[in-house]
Amino acid sequence: MAQTFHVPAPQEITGPALAGKTDTMVLNMGPHHPSTHGVLRLVLELDGETVLNVAPDIGFLHTGIEKTMESKTYQKAVVLTDRMDYLAPLSNNLCYALAIEKLMQVEVPERAQVVRVMLTELQRVSSHLVWLATHALDLAAMSVFLYAFREREQILDLFEMVSGARMMTSYFRVGGLAYPLPADFLPTAAACIESLGPRIDEYEDLLTNNPLWLERTVDVGVIDAEAAVAYGLSGANLRASGVNYDVRTMTPYSGYETYTFDVPLGRNGDTFDRYQVRMAEMRESLKIARQAWQRLGELGPGPIMTDDRKVAPPPKEEITHSMESLIHHFKLWTEGYKPPRGDVYVSVESPRGALGCYLVSDGSPKPWRVHFRAPSFVNLQGLAHMARGRLVADLIALTASLDPVLGEVDR
Amino acid sequence: MDNTYILDILRARLPQATLAADEFRGDLRVTVRREDLLDLARLLRDDPDLGFNYLENLCGVDYLGREPRFEVVYNVLSLASGQRICLKVGAPEDDPRVPSLTGVWPTANYHEREAYDLLGIVFDGHPALSRILMPDDWVGHPLRKDHPLGDEEVAFTFNQDRIYAHKPFAKK
Repeated sequence: MAQTFHVPAPQEITGPALAGKTDTMVLNMGPHHPSTHGVLRLVLELDGETVLNVAPDIGFLHTGIEKTMESKTYQKAVVLTDRMDYLAPLSNNLCYALAIEKLMQVEVPERAQVVRVMLTELQRVSSHLVWLATHALDLAAMSVFLYAFREREQILDLFEMVSGARMMTSYFRVGGLAYPLPADFLPTAAACIESLGPRIDEYEDLLTNNPLWLERTVDVGVIDAEAAVAYGLSGANLRASGVNYDVRTMTPYSGYETYTFDVPLGRNGDTFDRYQVRMAEMRESLKIARQAWQRLGELGPGPIMTDDRKVAPPPKEEITHSMESLIHHFKLWTEGYKPPRGDVYVSVESPRGALGCYLVSDGSPKPWRVHFRAPSFVNLQGLAHMARGRLVADLIALTASLDPVLGEVDR
Repeated sequence: MDNTYILDILRARLPQATLAADEFRGDLRVTVRREDLLDLARLLRDDPDLGFNYLENLCGVDYLGREPRFEVVYNVLSLASGQRICLKVGAPEDDPRVPSLTGVWPTANYHEREAYDLLGIVFDGHPALSRILMPDDWVGHPLRKDHPLGDEEVAFTFNQDRIYAHKPFAKK
């Protein structure tokens, strides 16, 4: 029998209940609920403890980022991208920068590309660590939470080192990077990358064969490949169902085609598979980060920003000597740059899935329209399909396994 | 499979559907007649030569001052070949309606609700077209270019009566 795919809206559950339907119970979960990973409200229709239907109600964190961007210059809007997916700001920076670079056909120096790859992969590890921590915490494994946050701190220290901020980095700019790497970056990064591998093994020891963990995750929230594609899931949620879609390999960007790594796939599409895929992804990310680290050493010092002065500001010392540089500097910080008219779409593999940016330029220094295809927003559509027929306690496990970030869902 | 090959298939199977097509920065973009959108989407998904089974992105754009004023953009991907295609459908200001693609790609559901909420584009045939990001009682569609930009005074106990009196919902 062919499956039907339907994404319920909250009104579909609350409507009949308000009209007097009493044979099932309607329960409100959230928006302030520790297991919804942010301000997500779930409207549940229950029969006893069994979930008959569930509809996410979102928008509590809507801050109008897409609208705000329309009244800022391209350069100034970079900081807004950090605030969407606050667990993976660098991936957001990258997506936005790539869109403008594609529109303006800006060449990014190789060193900058390698740093971008290395940092976004470390970002993926740090984001997955938060997912693992909160997922385990939701299923009452407290110690994993503490360990994972300890390791995440090492990665955030690296981000602080390069950009000055632990989370809202805004480090990737159009044409390259905001600042050069500090001198002690490479040794610190090496120590961080090498220490993370054994740590991930430790988490696996704690969870993978743990009977309690298996009881709560195996065969919970199953979604097959057909449904996962139909609902538009992406990232680990899609790959856990066995669909091989990773933007890094399907349509490579930033030189990902030159790195050697595997795309871990699941089979059953249950919560346990999503767990295993993300754990394997962390190892693959470390593998990529190690290769990038090696390349940085081989490349040696070099430019980290394009020398196209229409996009990138001139170095400070040049401004004091060159009249032209001063003019470029003034034009860039007052008016900004003007991409040609047109519209482009790019997508990158963020820790949560395929993050897309659709950008329309009308030839002025401000974008006419920016739209972000937020992976968490789309992934939430699969929730009802996974939860139907399961218990409320399973809903907690599978919401965590979808790994939504509400800042990105609502933008 | 490359862009010209896809375009040739589309033009051969549904000659009237494609209004315009171009390639920009290597991406194929096709402007589709509104009446034929559903047929074209089904063709893209079901044709064994095409296999565009994954709707990655859908969004609306308000080109105020241009005719048609609204445009809905679909970025579709074929998971088998990695090929991408971008569909565009125009909708005039006095009739901002576009057929819903939830029956072809169910993932369009949230995207279409978002475009309806923020731009006021109505998707005919959507199972539950309602606001998704803005509050249910919000008046207007904030991503439209003529939606007023401005600040909003914060309501406290001492001034909320005065502020609420100016709100659109107070007049109901």
